[in-house]
Amino acid sequence: MGLKSLHARQNSLSNTDRQLEILSNGIFENGELPRFIDRIGQPLRPKKLEILQINMGYMCNQVCAHCHVDAGPDRKEIMTRKTLQMCLDICKNHRISTLDLTGGAPEMNPHFRWFVEESSTHVDDLIVRSNLTILTANKTYKELPEFFAKHKVHVVSSLPFYRRNKTDRQRGDGVFDKSIKALQTLNAFGYGQPNSKLQLDLVYNPAGAFLPGDQKELEADFKKALLEDFGIVFNQLYTITNMPISRFLDYLLATENYEDYMRELVSAYNPTALENVMCTNTLSVGWDGSLYDCDFNQMLNLKINGTIDHISGYKPEINKRSIRVSQHCYGCTAGAGSSCQGALNS
Amino acid sequence: MEKTYYKPQDLKKFGDITNWNKELGDKFFEYYNAVFESGALTAREKSLIALAVSHVVQCPYCIDAYTQDGLKRGIEKEEMMEAVHVGAAIKSGAALVHGVQMMNVHNKLSM
Repeated sequence: MGLKSLHARQNSLSNTDRQLEILSNGIFENGELPRFIDRIGQPLRPKKLEILQINMGYMCNQVCAHCHVDAGPDRKEIMTRKTLQMCLDICKNHRISTLDLTGGAPEMNPHFRWFVEESSTHVDDLIVRSNLTILTANKTYKELPEFFAKHKVHVVSSLPFYRRNKTDRQRGDGVFDKSIKALQTLNAFGYGQPNSKLQLDLVYNPAGAFLPGDQKELEADFKKALLEDFGIVFNQLYTITNMPISRFLDYLLATENYEDYMRELVSAYNPTALENVMCTNTLSVGWDGSLYDCDFNQMLNLKINGTIDHISGYKPEINKRSIRVSQHCYGCTAGAGSSCQGALNS
Repeated sequence: MEKTYYKPQDLKKFGDITNWNKELGDKFFEYYNAVFESGALTAREKSLIALAVSHVVQCPYCIDAYTQDGLKRGIEKEEMMEAVHVGAAIKSGAALVHGVQMMNVHNKLSM
């Protein structure tokens, strides 16, 4: 695993046009596999907007091998308070039910606590996607579990596997032990406990070029192992398919798995999953306020169609747009489907 | 004639077996899918058994399929290798136990 982002290494894949070129050429250009737009047959359109997913910045204390954001300590892109205020105003004025804070490590945004305090009373569900290790990083962050509990934050945490080796291989040495410590702390504040309203969900994504297995079966395995080995409890496991973009695309190309992985995604295309893909009820806001159909489109710099593409110009009418798609979208429609809330047909 | 007997992409065509005999093909796949559902054994345990047997019958398609199946189920490489050794032990044991037959014949015919 590289210690720096693709961006810092000046890797050609840090250029989103290069990624889109790879995703459109080769097996999709020569007709072996159908392009996503041809496979779905008609433009994909949003339904009711329910989730505002805010990328608070690409800075992260980890450099994970599969990261679709290409996040890391060297990334300086951070959402300003002014942009966060615009997001807050939309939550207040447009009855957004779920606010989903992601990054990078969203906790590293200097306005994070202010934003959580301000927004928690305006939405039904305030999600913070935490990488867990940030909660043990230094004293600045160690009080966050208590802060989360106070504001009834729904914590969604990445934990690639319930064993040390696979987790550390994907996320870096020492990540597993720190993650376990953070989960135990969250449990101590009531997270994931039976009859507690403090929701703690985990995210599993495969440590390699294969699709995730059955979400319910993996959840049962995770629950059993984490309880037996570490006394940890949690609510749900979300299985998420690795998207063939950014660092995972780099891995696929470097290991000569790209074409087989894309064949796997395409052959596992599931039209039922298409009906529920997250871009139909989610709007993704980039660190600079730009609007995207989803976090993956954000990382490919595919801003939403239409004349409004910034949070400052937000109007409910943007929900009439068609969603921008490319071949990476097969990642959300493969098998049981995949979204930031896990499998779509579980 | 093909240059190789086995081609990885043929695994994806397994379902085409029904094209030339739908009734028997359908019956096979119905049986096959039912076998691998969780029952007295979990689907995870069955996947490991299938991986071991795949090696014993030396089926490259099956080894590919059940290694990938194991990865998706979160089966670890140590578990996979132990399963393969179980299969290998039975297969080598099955060869070696015939040594008793050899010894029997040898002893009967020798002075």
